[in-house]
Amino acid sequence: MADNAKQTSADDFTPIAGADRAKLDDEKIATPSLTFLQDSWRRLRKNKAAMIALVLLIILFILAFFSFIFETHNPNATNPNLANLPPKIPGIDINGFNGTIEQSGERINAYAQAHAGNHFYILGTDYLGRDLFSRILYGTRISLEIALIASFFDLAFGVVYGITSGWIGGRVDTLMQRIIEIMLSIPNLVVMVLLILVLKPGMTAIILSIAITSWINMARLVRAQTLELKNQEFILAARTLGESSWKIAFKHLLPNLSSVIIINLMFTIPTAIFFEAFLSYIGIGISAPQASLGTLINDGQKNFQFLPYQMWYPAIVLSVLMIAFNILGDGLRDALDPKSRE
Amino acid sequence: MAKYLGKRIFYIILTLFIVTTITFFLMKLMPGTPLTNQAKLTPTQIHQIYKQYGLDKPVWQQYLVYLGGVIHGNFGTSFQFSNQPVSYLISSRLGPSLIIGGQGMVLGVLAGLIVGAVGAIKANTWVDTSATIISILFISIPSFVLAVLLQYYLGLKLRLFPIADWGGFMYTVLPTLALAASPLAETARFMRTEMVDVLSSDYIELAKAKGLNKVGIIYHHALRNSLIPVVTIIGPLAVNIMTGSMVVENIFSIPGIGEQFVKSILTNDYPTIMGLTIVYSAMLCVVLLITDIVYGLIDPRIRINK
Repeated sequence: MADNAKQTSADDFTPIAGADRAKLDDEKIATPSLTFLQDSWRRLRKNKAAMIALVLLIILFILAFFSFIFETHNPNATNPNLANLPPKIPGIDINGFNGTIEQSGERINAYAQAHAGNHFYILGTDYLGRDLFSRILYGTRISLEIALIASFFDLAFGVVYGITSGWIGGRVDTLMQRIIEIMLSIPNLVVMVLLILVLKPGMTAIILSIAITSWINMARLVRAQTLELKNQEFILAARTLGESSWKIAFKHLLPNLSSVIIINLMFTIPTAIFFEAFLSYIGIGISAPQASLGTLINDGQKNFQFLPYQMWYPAIVLSVLMIAFNILGDGLRDALDPKSRE
Repeated sequence: MAKYLGKRIFYIILTLFIVTTITFFLMKLMPGTPLTNQAKLTPTQIHQIYKQYGLDKPVWQQYLVYLGGVIHGNFGTSFQFSNQPVSYLISSRLGPSLIIGGQGMVLGVLAGLIVGAVGAIKANTWVDTSATIISILFISIPSFVLAVLLQYYLGLKLRLFPIADWGGFMYTVLPTLALAASPLAETARFMRTEMVDVLSSDYIELAKAKGLNKVGIIYHHALRNSLIPVVTIIGPLAVNIMTGSMVVENIFSIPGIGEQFVKSILTNDYPTIMGLTIVYSAMLCVVLLITDIVYGLIDPRIRINK
């Protein structure tokens, strides 16, 4: 743009006169008017990293939730004869994907040794002969389910709590804030561990513990923003016109809170995914024979020295998941709140 | 100030009281008994053991006894290590945890400040981009993956550091690195945003207009003012370190409270779990109190006399 500006001179412009002038509508807005979300989407689309992350997440979602199409084997079926086989993709002859493994200094064909016949496992098998690829897909699905559940509680509980506390104010606000302060001074992980011990390790316990811990940050941010918006003119106008309190809260406040809510949601999700993997990793989360990325990493880590692929693949998938959500979160923050980045 | 402190300390005590109460009753709800071979014991023996641990009294009495003990720093006896007081288990293991946690925190925050500041000064260049990439990677890669990779590549392959165990500074290097990653990333992220903000403010423009050199502007004006809000994230970072230490201590076999916590979870050692829960909460409360006080001291715009 700056270059073009330099090349134009005063001669390039001619004043519009006469009949043309009369036809011209000075007040017309030439570009189509964009809603807030359209405008944000336009900004987000320009952010390459965020778009890549979004595409990656969509791919992972499809792979994980339609895993019954993609999975090559039953994720829980054991086959001791074919245990600890390295990755093999037919037709690819690169070490690491051709079914060979280094043993006492030389490469041997592990598949031939195990008499695997025509079987092949594109990411290898674990110590019980279970297909790692299918297990990773299954684990990814659990992580993504956790992500959805955490978002649900963030929205259903965190947002409502925050708006209520900020909007009503006074004693109610003080009490609600004290409750939050107390919850904040107990490390989330400790709350989760206690709940999981009382219930029984498993999906229900993890969901409940995430439900109890995940909404606090959202509630605080929404409250702070509500307090700020509460005293602005458009709210005052709605009040003067006799709109009911709750209608104002949900019709006028909520749309204005949407960017704060979306941005914070994008940071709740990786945290929830991390906690699920963490709990499963230390052995009180998802329990065998179900697979979670955390348990897969824990299993793989035991054999890391000799069969590094068993930890690498689940670790990479978990990291990619977290990186994608974080980058998308950053991108959304810049898109929804352009002030935050100059 | 004294009034504020008193109020805060009152809230800390209230919080710890609530934490103690909740954990106590949650533990009472737990299924199972502390006895491993209950089937083999006669009723008299069971009664005797229950009496020894005070489990024969009604729950409210047990609660009062426990509460009284907690006030005196007595968390009961461990189920796992027979006759070992929990308070001894915790206090003897607090040292290593505090050392690696403290080192991880200091290293993470300092490195994060540098990465964030450099990113902001060179905003929108390749330096900034790589700083952002570093922080996103370190935020995203779970501490347990990072710890295993560090242990394998720096410890086993390159033999630079001992791969596990405890004893001397060299043993603390790898766990410290593993713990420092997440605070580094968080601090860098926060610092960059703050510093970009500060660098575009009027007083920086004024300093530039006065003809101050770049180093002077950054050191005297930008850096100092960006540092202040960073203090507020110390609390959440401390939580990160506590969470991280549970797996990192396990991976590197460090005799700390994080390792103990995981061990007692896996062996249903309820008194130890309760004791550690209270200790973790207390540590967090103290960190939060200190950061609030420091924040008030270094930023004259915040007044602590509400």
